[in-house]
Amino acid sequence: MSDIDLTSRPQDIQRLSLERRPFELRALTSGILTGLTWGIAILGSIPLFSVIIMLVTQGGARLDIEALTSLPPAGFEMGGGFANAIIGTLVMVAIATAISVPIGLLAAIYLAILDPHSPLAGTARFVAKTLTGFPSILAGVFTYAVLVINFGYSAVAGGVALAVLMLPTVVLAAEESMKQVPQKMTDAAFGMGCTRSQVIWKVVLPTGLPGILTGIMLAVAGAAGESAPLLFTALFSNYFMSELMEPTASLSILIYNFSAMPFDNQIELAWAASLVLVLIVLVFNILARLIGQSKV
Amino acid sequence: MALNPFEHADSASSVSGPPSGSDYLADSVFRIIALSCAALIILLILFILWEIGGLALPAMAQHGLSFVSGTTWNVGTQEFGVLPEIWGTLYSSFLALILGGTFGVAIAIFLTQDFIHARLAAVFRTIVELLAAIPSVVYGLWGIYVVIPMLRPVAEWLHSELGFVPIFGTELSGPGMAPAALVLAIMILPTVAAITVDAFRRIPYKVKEAAYGMGTTRWEAILKVMLPTASSGILAALVLGFGRALGETMALAMLIGNSNQINLSLFAPANTLASLLASSFPEAGQIEVQALMYAAVVLLLITLVVNVVGLGIQQYTVRKFEGKA
Repeated sequence: MSDIDLTSRPQDIQRLSLERRPFELRALTSGILTGLTWGIAILGSIPLFSVIIMLVTQGGARLDIEALTSLPPAGFEMGGGFANAIIGTLVMVAIATAISVPIGLLAAIYLAILDPHSPLAGTARFVAKTLTGFPSILAGVFTYAVLVINFGYSAVAGGVALAVLMLPTVVLAAEESMKQVPQKMTDAAFGMGCTRSQVIWKVVLPTGLPGILTGIMLAVAGAAGESAPLLFTALFSNYFMSELMEPTASLSILIYNFSAMPFDNQIELAWAASLVLVLIVLVFNILARLIGQSKV
Repeated sequence: MALNPFEHADSASSVSGPPSGSDYLADSVFRIIALSCAALIILLILFILWEIGGLALPAMAQHGLSFVSGTTWNVGTQEFGVLPEIWGTLYSSFLALILGGTFGVAIAIFLTQDFIHARLAAVFRTIVELLAAIPSVVYGLWGIYVVIPMLRPVAEWLHSELGFVPIFGTELSGPGMAPAALVLAIMILPTVAAITVDAFRRIPYKVKEAAYGMGTTRWEAILKVMLPTASSGILAALVLGFGRALGETMALAMLIGNSNQINLSLFAPANTLASLLASSFPEAGQIEVQALMYAAVVLLLITLVVNVVGLGIQQYTVRKFEGKA
């Protein structure tokens, strides 16, 4: 860069004073780029506002007691709702949480505390990270291959598929927050003569709990919004679920099915169901944030 | 108060005295359980590969590599080829990467290079994170009823004025590559932005101070110092965002038009591997399911490679700045 060539004559150096004229080329470029960045940042947040406005106006218009309590309408029927889909979504997310949280927590304990530098831990960590970028539809295909072929479409299969997707998030978040527990605290506990499992249960887990819960909430929020894996595992049902081993409705599949229908009633319901789904996802996201903040 | 510190020592049995034999037993049992859970994660991905591969095996044996190069998908004649879907997957993800990558990196610069007050930046960060929280199907629905109508006049104008350019070569009939790629770009934007923000945060503050100390303008500092220093992190962000886009399913199944053709035009309908799976699977018979499983294997391999490359670059970046794994 010739601008800072110190071998140049003194009168040249004088020109290179730190004073910056507002219309010299480099200041102008900087100003233009700054404006451009502002523009991009504002433009980038427009989709979110557009989605929210559509959800509130389109979905809010149709969100009433009937929509929340009745079954999906058939073709030309008016009215109807998506109560069975709300229940189905909640049940499947609960199943997924029940499967993924214990396994994920124990794996995270191994990765963070028991043997962080072993080849097994390194591989498991890498696999977990790879799985977070895993196409969600493949979790559905996998569960189809393992469960659906043998037992048919069911809420349990849907839950298992969602659990596969939740697992890496839970593991990585729990590991991260357990690593944050100060070494001195665990050293002190070991110094008192505690065994490893006592240290983990009585010191590490309680201290890392906010971070662990944050990870779980984010995983739950993600699972609630998933739809692709449910296409192959839970399918859909127009009725309330009576047992766990039958095809089960979910909000996301309802939105997918109804969005392609040529009936206004169904499309209005798809928007209302989207509003409910986004609210569920947001509640868990906000919970995650609140729990995460409380630890500071 | 004269207090005897050992007064309650006997009653506090949980901490007094060394761990008993059963404590040690519980400890090793616990360790084994935790170890097997960690091993389970590794087994899971092997199991996934094995199961999907197992179901795809008949189709693999029957169609071989012609499956990847074939362009027809006809259940009646049992002709299966996914070249149009591979093309659609890569093309839509590439378009999304250009758009979402530019926006994601620009927003990351906006958030980390002191353009706005730190508290305002935190609010803006939350907005970007919320983009990631909105489910894929909701974006699909929004795409159908907001993006496509909005895009239609633009597409008509571009086609009539610049129709001789291949990328504007067809009319937008409704769903198609452009709305799909646009929504896809919005969906990967948070991923790219978040990883890029991390990359910028890793740069020691002294580097920026030094740049300003040389008398650079803000953008000289960003373009000549910050971006090159963070380049490997940004590359990781782009690769991982690309990987995200490859596997995205529902929004694309709703927006891309599910048409089995290879077309350079932005307004032509197309298809991707993931949306082929989503749209064909529920009604597929046994033979078609096997072919779809083969398509799943292809998708799995593509995304695995892209993700592993992205993670590799990311780990390299972390190591470069922190000197550890």
